[in-house]
Amino acid sequence: MSARQLKLATESLSFGVDGRSILRNVDLRVATGETVTIVGPSGAGKSTLLRLLCRLDEPTGGTVYLDGTEYRTLDPTALRARVGMVPQDPALRDGTVRDNVTVGPQLRGETVAPDQVETLLKRVGLADYADRSAADLSGGEAQRVAIARTLMVDPEVILLDEPTASLDPESQSEIEALLRALLADSDRTVVLVTHDQAQVDRVADRVVEFVDGQIRGRGSPREVV
Amino acid sequence: MVTLPPQLRDPVLFEGLAQVAAATALAAVVLGLSYLRDLGMERELGGAFARGFVQVVVMGALIGVLFSVPLSFSAVVLAAMVGYAAWESRRRGDGIPRAFRVSLTAIGLGGSVVIVTMLAAGAIEATVRNLVPVGGMIIANAMKTNSLALDRFKSEIESNRGEIEALLAIGVPPQAAVAEHITESVRASLIPVVDAMRTLGLVYIPGMMAGMILGGANPIYAAQYQFVIMGMIFAAGGLTSMTTSLLVGRYAFTDAAQLRRFEESSPTLWSALQSLR
Repeated sequence: MSARQLKLATESLSFGVDGRSILRNVDLRVATGETVTIVGPSGAGKSTLLRLLCRLDEPTGGTVYLDGTEYRTLDPTALRARVGMVPQDPALRDGTVRDNVTVGPQLRGETVAPDQVETLLKRVGLADYADRSAADLSGGEAQRVAIARTLMVDPEVILLDEPTASLDPESQSEIEALLRALLADSDRTVVLVTHDQAQVDRVADRVVEFVDGQIRGRGSPREVV
Repeated sequence: MVTLPPQLRDPVLFEGLAQVAAATALAAVVLGLSYLRDLGMERELGGAFARGFVQVVVMGALIGVLFSVPLSFSAVVLAAMVGYAAWESRRRGDGIPRAFRVSLTAIGLGGSVVIVTMLAAGAIEATVRNLVPVGGMIIANAMKTNSLALDRFKSEIESNRGEIEALLAIGVPPQAAVAEHITESVRASLIPVVDAMRTLGLVYIPGMMAGMILGGANPIYAAQYQFVIMGMIFAAGGLTSMTTSLLVGRYAFTDAAQLRRFEESSPTLWSALQSLR
């Protein structure tokens, strides 16, 4: 990790709602191309961390640096195109798979090359799905579309919030295989929240354990899990 | 010895009271049915009915007084109407940031543009007896549209929060992320106005036209004038709805393009006024 450039860093990052502390003084460093997995029990603040990293919520203390730049100095919309999140619930819109995959560039006023959608759908294992209705997809398929939707804006950092949490075992292993393939062929930085310890072993370069809003442990998957 | 003003000595008032009694009897039937069916709405329905009667009689008396005051006073009355309409209407958007400010701006803008334009065009006479009731009607309809727009926007955002945040999370600008929900709010808020226009004369014969015909006016002129009124309501509704949607779409987000949480509160008049700053 030391040889690689620092991509994302948090400094005393804290968050609370109505006087209740959810995240406290989190110092996290993620190198370019690294896959960091965040583990911990429910309510430990894992999802909150991801929301803070792409500034969907405002930190109540501390801050985040992207490539060494304090992220409040960046336009929030431009920041999220660089640090994109795949939420736990795919939350697809009405319309076709194609509509959902291209929604990011379209609503950002960017053009999408016709073959770009097909290529991306093939990569996520949904070739020939472009014109299907998003409402007719299974949970695993919808999650793939959500991943493709984020990949379409080509962020430098991808935040994945329990991408396999609500899926059956077969879909879980399919999504995981997809993630490993995507991670292997790019130097994209990934922060993955999961509660599945076997998944950590299979995909993570490094693991950070959260308990009660604070970092409890960090190291290689073998050291922490 | 106190002498009552001539308006209060008019025998027609007694006739009016008998008619009010008949309407009250019908309302009592509704309350009775509510009680028998155990709907538990008697208090709300009865309260609204009694309150409506008192308010409208007070307004009638006020208009009676207004006949003798200068025209400029009607601007004060209309401004007060806009303020009260915004205060009532903001409840529909309770939890939406700055709902009172949105309502005040939208109803004020929709109402005033239409009233001023139609005054200039001569469709509303520049007299207190004309300006206050017609202006009130336009403001009331602007309020209705604002309430519907707030109500729909709130439910659209609450039921689609996950989808909107999923879009924000990949760098979609906030206004683009809520654009279709704003369109839906505008569409829903204009349904009553559009339906009233569509059925005008076929199903819906508005009160003002009926009143003018009963009062002996030329029915064709009454129809023309009613259409003018409907046009004013249509325009005020459209302007209000679009202003409401534009503003709530903006206030729903923080400066950092984060979708705010809609936390319900019961603001006092003072806190609502402070929020205008």
